[in-house]
Amino acid sequence: MKRLSLGALRGRARVHAVRGGVHPKDNKALSAECPIEPIPLSGLLRVPLQQHIGAEAEPVVAKGDRVAKGQVLAIGRRAVSAAVHAPTSGRVIAIGRFVAPHPSGLPVATITLRPDGEDRWADLPSPLDPNTATPDALAERVAASGIVGMGGATFPSAVKLDLRNRFPLDTLVINAAECEPYLTCDDRLLRERAAAVADGILCMARALTVDKVIVAIESNKPQAAAAMRKAVANLPLDARVIVVPTRYPMGSEKHLVQALTGRETPARALTAEIGLVVHNPATAYAVHRAVRHGEPLISRILTVSGRAVARPANIEVPIGTPIADILAHCGGTLGEPARLLLGGPMMGLPVPSTRAPVVKGTNGILALSAAECRRDEAMPCIRCGTCVTVCPSGLTPLELNARIRNEELDGAVRIGLLDCISCGSCSYVCPSNIPLIQSFNYAKGKLAAQQRVKHQQEETKRLAQQREVRLERIAAAKMEALKRRKAEMAAKKAKAKAQEGAKAAAPLETAS
Amino acid sequence: MSPPTLVSGPHAHSMSTVSRAMLLVSLALTPATALGCYLFGWPAIFLFAITIGTAVGAEALCLRLARRPPARFLLDGSAVLSGWLVALSLPPWAPWWIGVLGGAIAMVVGKHVFGGLGQNLFNPAMVARIMLLISFPVQMTAYVAPAPLGAPGAPGFLDGLAITFGLGGGATGGFDAVSSASVLGHLSTELGRGASLEAIRASGAGLVELSLGTVAGSLGETSAALLLLGGLLLLVFGVINWRIPVSVLGTTAALATLFHAIDPSRYPDAAFHLVSGALMLCAFFIATDYVTSPVAPLGELIYGAGIGALVYIIRTWGAFPEGVGFAVLLMNACTPLIDHLIRPRIFGRSRRGKPLTLPAAGDSP
Ligand code: SF4
Ligand code: SF4
Repeated sequence: MKRLSLGALRGRARVHAVRGGVHPKDNKALSAECPIEPIPLSGLLRVPLQQHIGAEAEPVVAKGDRVAKGQVLAIGRRAVSAAVHAPTSGRVIAIGRFVAPHPSGLPVATITLRPDGEDRWADLPSPLDPNTATPDALAERVAASGIVGMGGATFPSAVKLDLRNRFPLDTLVINAAECEPYLTCDDRLLRERAAAVADGILCMARALTVDKVIVAIESNKPQAAAAMRKAVANLPLDARVIVVPTRYPMGSEKHLVQALTGRETPARALTAEIGLVVHNPATAYAVHRAVRHGEPLISRILTVSGRAVARPANIEVPIGTPIADILAHCGGTLGEPARLLLGGPMMGLPVPSTRAPVVKGTNGILALSAAECRRDEAMPCIRCGTCVTVCPSGLTPLELNARIRNEELDGAVRIGLLDCISCGSCSYVCPSNIPLIQSFNYAKGKLAAQQRVKHQQEETKRLAQQREVRLERIAAAKMEALKRRKAEMAAKKAKAKAQEGAKAAAPLETAS
Repeated sequence: MSPPTLVSGPHAHSMSTVSRAMLLVSLALTPATALGCYLFGWPAIFLFAITIGTAVGAEALCLRLARRPPARFLLDGSAVLSGWLVALSLPPWAPWWIGVLGGAIAMVVGKHVFGGLGQNLFNPAMVARIMLLISFPVQMTAYVAPAPLGAPGAPGFLDGLAITFGLGGGATGGFDAVSSASVLGHLSTELGRGASLEAIRASGAGLVELSLGTVAGSLGETSAALLLLGGLLLLVFGVINWRIPVSVLGTTAALATLFHAIDPSRYPDAAFHLVSGALMLCAFFIATDYVTSPVAPLGELIYGAGIGALVYIIRTWGAFPEGVGFAVLLMNACTPLIDHLIRPRIFGRSRRGKPLTLPAAGDSP
C-alpha cells in the first residue's frame, strides 16, 4: 500500500509533479540484458488486416498470388486506417477470418502467407532525405509504410503527423517511459539502435515541422538514457533527454506531457491541442526504416518474459508470426503458465490463442506464473482511500464502483467514469482485491452499447421523419398537380363553352 | 446485476491486504499497550483480554447470522483491532462486564447492524466507549493511579482476578486502590472550583509524566510518546497518511495556543493538550480508521480539523473532561457529506468538472 507524495517528484530537475500512480515491481531484470535477437521464419505467417485503430485495410492481393517481401497486401481505407505489407516473400494461401490479438476478442480478416524461404524484397520506394523532403512527402511515406503507434495504442502514425495541419505544434515527445513492468523492448532498442531511433526522430520532427524534441525515459533505464543522449546530441534539432521517475502510468500520454512540461491537457482534448505530439521510440525506428530505406513496417521488437517462460528474450519478429512459435523459440513455457498475456501485466490482454499472430502493436508476450499474478478473493471495500490516492486521473474509484454496481451509469459518468484511462492502478493497490477496472470496463462497454442503440434509434427516427416529409411532399405535389389539372380542365371547359357560346351565337347572328 | 468478472488487467497486485494493514496497526499499538498493562498490572491485562475476546466472539456470531464465511472475515483482524481500541479506552481496573459490553457493543451496534465490514458509519470502538460512558459514568471514570506489575502494593495475579471479576466485593474487589482522577478530569473539576490553572498544573502531573504515561487514565491514553512512536510507524509503513493526524493535532494545538495567549490562567497551552488524554491515540489510531473517514485528501484534512476543533471545544467548554469520543462520532456523521462534496479534481477538468480551457495559441513556452 505505497502512497506517493508529490515531493518525491519535485526533487528531480525539470520534471513536473503528476498526481497518483503506483510502483509495481518492474521485473525488467528478467530480460533487460538480453540483446535483440532474430527469430527463424515461421512456416506460416498470418497477417491480420486490422492491426490498428480505425477501418480495416482492404486486400489488394488474391488467394494464390505470389508476393515479395514488403509488397502491399492491403491498403488503408478511409481517413484513419493503415496499410499492411508482406513480412516476407511467399504465396498467399488464404484470406479469411482468423483469431487475432484484437481487443474485441473476435476473429479478424487475415491474409495467410506461406513463406517461400527466399525472403526476396519487392521494389521499395526510394529513400528520402528528411532535411530536404517536404513534410507532406514524409507523412505520405509513413502512411504508405503502414506505420502505427507501436507502444500498443496502434493509432496510425501518419494521421498523428498530419496534426500539424490542425493545431499549432511546438514539441515532439518520444515516450520511452516504458512504464509497464517486464517490458524491455524499447530499452533494448534505445541501447542498441540509438542512432537509427534518433534519425527517426529527426524524420518525425521534420514531418511535424517542430524543432523541439523531448525524449522521456524512466529512471530505471540509465543506459538507454545515456545512449539516447549521445545520439540526439548530433541532431540538428533542439532535442534533449529527460529522465522521468519510474512510476506507473508515467507512459500515459497526457500524464507524461504534464510531467515534462507542466501543461495539463484538458479533458476530452488531444495533447496536440496544447502543442505536443507524442510518439513511441519503436515508431520512430519504423519511421527511420521507412524514410531512409523505403522499408514498410513488417517486423517489430518485442519482449518475451515472465517467470513461466524458459528463456526470457527481446526478439525482432516478422509481423504475423504465431505466438506459439515465439514461445517455442524461447524454450517454451515452464508448465502451464497461470496467465499468458500480450503486453504488460498492468494493461495487457490475455492471449486469445497461441495460434494468434504477433501484430504491429504487440510489445510483449508474458507467461506469468501463479505467484506473479496471484489475486485473492474480493472482499468488501474498507474505504481505505488508496485507490483515490493512486488514481492518476483524480477519480474516486470506490464510488464509481459503487454506482456501477447499483446500475447508476449516469451517476458514474457524472463523477468522471469517462475520464478513467483504464490504467488499473486502483485495482492494483486495492487491499480488498475489488475488481474495480473490470467494473469500469463493463460500464464503459455498456455505455457504448447504449450510445449505439440510441444512435440507431435516432437514425431510424430521422429516416422515418425524412420519409414522412418526402411522402408529404409527394402528396402535396400530387394535390398541386391535381389542382393544376382541374384548373386546366376548368379553363378548357370555359374555353370550350365560350367557343360553343360563340358558335351558338353565330347562327343567331347569322339568323338575325 | 453485478458486472461479470472478466480476465482483465492488472494481472499483478500490490499484495497489500486488509489483514496486513490491521497487523501493522496492532503492532504500532503494542508499545503503548504493553506499557499500559505494565503500569496498571493484572487487572488491566485481564480486561484487555476479555474485551478483545468478546469482540472476536461477537464478530463470529454476527458473521454466522449474516451467513458470511467467518474464517475469511475474522482473519482480516478488524475485530481484534476494534476490541483492542475499546480496551484502550476503558479505565484499566474496570470490572469484567464493562469489557464484555464494550466488545459486544462495538461489534454488534458499531459494525454489524450497519452491514459489517466497510459499511459502518461510526467508529465501532468510539460507539462502545460513548455508550458505556453515558450508561455507566461511575465505572467509566473510576481511574486509578498506576501500580506497576511487581511493584510493592500492586495487585498480584489473584488480586487482579478479584479486581476484574469483583470477587472480593466492592468496586476494586476489596483491593486498596489509589483512586485518582485523570489529568483532564482533575483540570476540569479544579477549574470548575475556580482554582487557577497554575496551581492546578503544579499539583498535577507535569508534561514529562504525561508524555511517558505514568499517570492515571484509560489503559491506552496514558503514554503520548509511545502512541506517537506507533503513529510514526504507521506513517512509515504507509498504512495511514499524514493528513488526518496532522490536521487533528494541528487544529487542537492552534486553538489551544490561541486561547492560551488570550488568558493563560484559564486555558492550558498546546503542549498540555497534545500529551494529555486520548488525543494522540485519536489522531493516529481512531480518527484514521479507514471505514469512517473521508477518502479524498482534502476531505481528510477537513475531517481531521473538525475532530481537532471539537476535541478542544468539548474539553474546554463541554460537560465532559475529554471530548475525543464525541468529536470522532460527530465527524464520522459528517463523513458521507464530506465525501459527497469533496472529490479530487479530475485530470484535465476544473474543480467544478468542466474541461480546462485551452491556453490561447502562442502562449506556450
Ligand atoms: S475500493 Fe479498494 S482501494 Fe478503494 S477504498 Fe475500497 S478497499 Fe480501498
Ligand atoms: S483505472 Fe481509472 S479509476 Fe482506476 S486508477 Fe486508472 S484512471 Fe483511475
